[in-house]
Amino acid sequence: MAGKHTLAASHIGVAVAAFGVASFMGVLQALSMADIAFPWRSESLYYMTLTAHGVLMALVFTTFFIMGLGYVLARESLGRIVGQAAGWLAFGLGTAGAAAAAVTILRGQSTVLYTFYPPLQAHPLFYIGATLIVVASWIWGAIIIASFRAWRREHRGEPIPLPIHGLLATIILWYLATTGLAIEVVGMLIPWSLGWVEKIDPMVARIYFWWFGHPLVYFWLMPAYILWYNVLPQIAGGRLFSDRLTRMVFILFLLLSTPVGFHHQFSDPGISAGWKLAHTVTTYAVLYPSFVTAFTVIASLEIAGRMKGAKGLFNWIARLPWSDPFFASVALAMIGFAFGGFGGAINAAYAMNALVHNTAFIQGHFHVTLGTTVALTFMGATYWMLPRMLGRELRAPALARIQPYLWFFGMTIFSTSYHIAGIRGLPRRVYSGALNGTAGGDWHGLTVAAAVGGVILFASALAYVIVVVATWTSGRRIDAPPFEFAVPLRPEPVAGVWDRFGLWTALAIVLVVLAYAYPLAQLLSHPRYGSPGFQPF
Amino acid sequence: MNIDLYERIWMWAASALVVMFLAAILVPAAVQAIHPPSHVETLDPTKLAEHPEFATGGVNTRSDGSVVVSVAASMFAFTPNPIEVPANAPITFRITSADVIHGFQVVGTNANAMAIPGYVSQMTVTFATPGRYIIACHEYCGLFHHEMVGTLIVR
Repeated sequence: MAGKHTLAASHIGVAVAAFGVASFMGVLQALSMADIAFPWRSESLYYMTLTAHGVLMALVFTTFFIMGLGYVLARESLGRIVGQAAGWLAFGLGTAGAAAAAVTILRGQSTVLYTFYPPLQAHPLFYIGATLIVVASWIWGAIIIASFRAWRREHRGEPIPLPIHGLLATIILWYLATTGLAIEVVGMLIPWSLGWVEKIDPMVARIYFWWFGHPLVYFWLMPAYILWYNVLPQIAGGRLFSDRLTRMVFILFLLLSTPVGFHHQFSDPGISAGWKLAHTVTTYAVLYPSFVTAFTVIASLEIAGRMKGAKGLFNWIARLPWSDPFFASVALAMIGFAFGGFGGAINAAYAMNALVHNTAFIQGHFHVTLGTTVALTFMGATYWMLPRMLGRELRAPALARIQPYLWFFGMTIFSTSYHIAGIRGLPRRVYSGALNGTAGGDWHGLTVAAAVGGVILFASALAYVIVVVATWTSGRRIDAPPFEFAVPLRPEPVAGVWDRFGLWTALAIVLVVLAYAYPLAQLLSHPRYGSPGFQPF
Repeated sequence: MNIDLYERIWMWAASALVVMFLAAILVPAAVQAIHPPSHVETLDPTKLAEHPEFATGGVNTRSDGSVVVSVAASMFAFTPNPIEVPANAPITFRITSADVIHGFQVVGTNANAMAIPGYVSQMTVTFATPGRYIIACHEYCGLFHHEMVGTLIVR
């Protein structure tokens, strides 16, 4: 292993392992929802693996992958990782936390799903383990910021390297988001699960959870965007269309992705309609940077096609490297995001949300966003990073070429089926779509179709894991190719307004306070009674 | 800022789209008072069995002809069940939970609210089509979440 990326590679290894295990659980859940029998099918297995699938995919796979990617970007764009030893400490803490949480889940002591809404109560180690993963990510963020500051001392007045600009926005956003989570988990859930306090207010906990829960989505999405802006045009053979707007997009995400949490709580009591409306406005505003991204990234690809000699209106598309696994993954991820983005606009419109809230529509929605936009980008990025990190040639390249298409095909079936079933009223997260024999006919065909999609997705996940493991263990040793980032058409000459992170961070904090201080104070001033803990059976 | 002409056009178009989406929500909110259920009312979830309204739940017709349905959700049932209401009349649902968080969704309609212990959710819905509707719990509440189904009969 090329030593300078050992820390990053270790994180990617944990991420891929979590992904593989969670994928297998995912296919069992899709079969179960469709009422298709398999040997160990049971309620407790379904909800236990649903918890594990959510925690492993949404927390372990994503966080570890992003940490690994962050170390690669710092090493390559800043030329250093300051405090590598602390990075290993964080890796140990995060891995131990993930293992502790996983053990309590697999032993059936924490079947609370990855949203862990109280008063359903999990084993204390579940909450503590999840906290350790977040603490690891905090240490990681501090390391990246320290590395950036050391770079800055040697490069006064220069624009921040573009990949690092996006990474810094991601990290600051993550600190803002996880503040809400820390208040919920450390301030409320851990003392309550240990029996130090008897009761918990589920509504207050939900508000803190969704303060964290939506920017969490952007914590996943922004590293994908970093790859779209900085790596995709390079792989495609083009230029980044606009350096400055890329910076604007990252800053807008930093500002707008946190003060939006109530759009997950439209159907909740305890929050006034005016505040739900206020969060709706910010929710729609956060669509804007994604629209800008669509233009910049696609324009960058058109440049690539034209540089390869395309002349017509659309034939540049055919000149793009569709057989490159990184390119194909990201291009398909972007198509997925077009659907996911408009689905999100539907969810945020509360008249339409009333029809689909907590139905299978939501399952369909976040499997095209997190499950395709983010996961497929990360899978593609794995193919890009592995040879460069390990100095090994990708094994089974044909499998790597097919895998993104297989994922996209499976996900199209899976997600479309659940979107439609959700509009018809199938609730999300049910062991049996037949709902105790009352409702089979309305959506049974759709749940079966989704299960077929799930099997295809599992085949694709398996192909990904096989390529990664084979490359890691027996890929032919080569000189590690360099990590190269896209060159902008017009690079920024000096650090501009979008590089002023102090200013933007302050503004982001103000927005979070504006969005949450008053409604929280309002709720906390009511007479509240609290709930004791309940086990899920 | 030096921005390419096409990109500038796109940015204005994207802004217009965002404004249009928002207008589609803000105008009905302002003009027709269309809001999500946002009632603020608390009670002690551990004493629900002695609560005058939610101990048994029930359907009550007020003097002005409006109908109030009080529902207590618990692992793994809705009380009362079945619920019978008239068609084409405004029905106000008042929903709470005796234990964990549940969901209350009348399948095929936009009657959709969370049942949160310690809080009362309230929403008013008019059902135009008589028939039997499934009431599904749509928030995971434990191992038999998928069996937590009620019936709404609209006459």
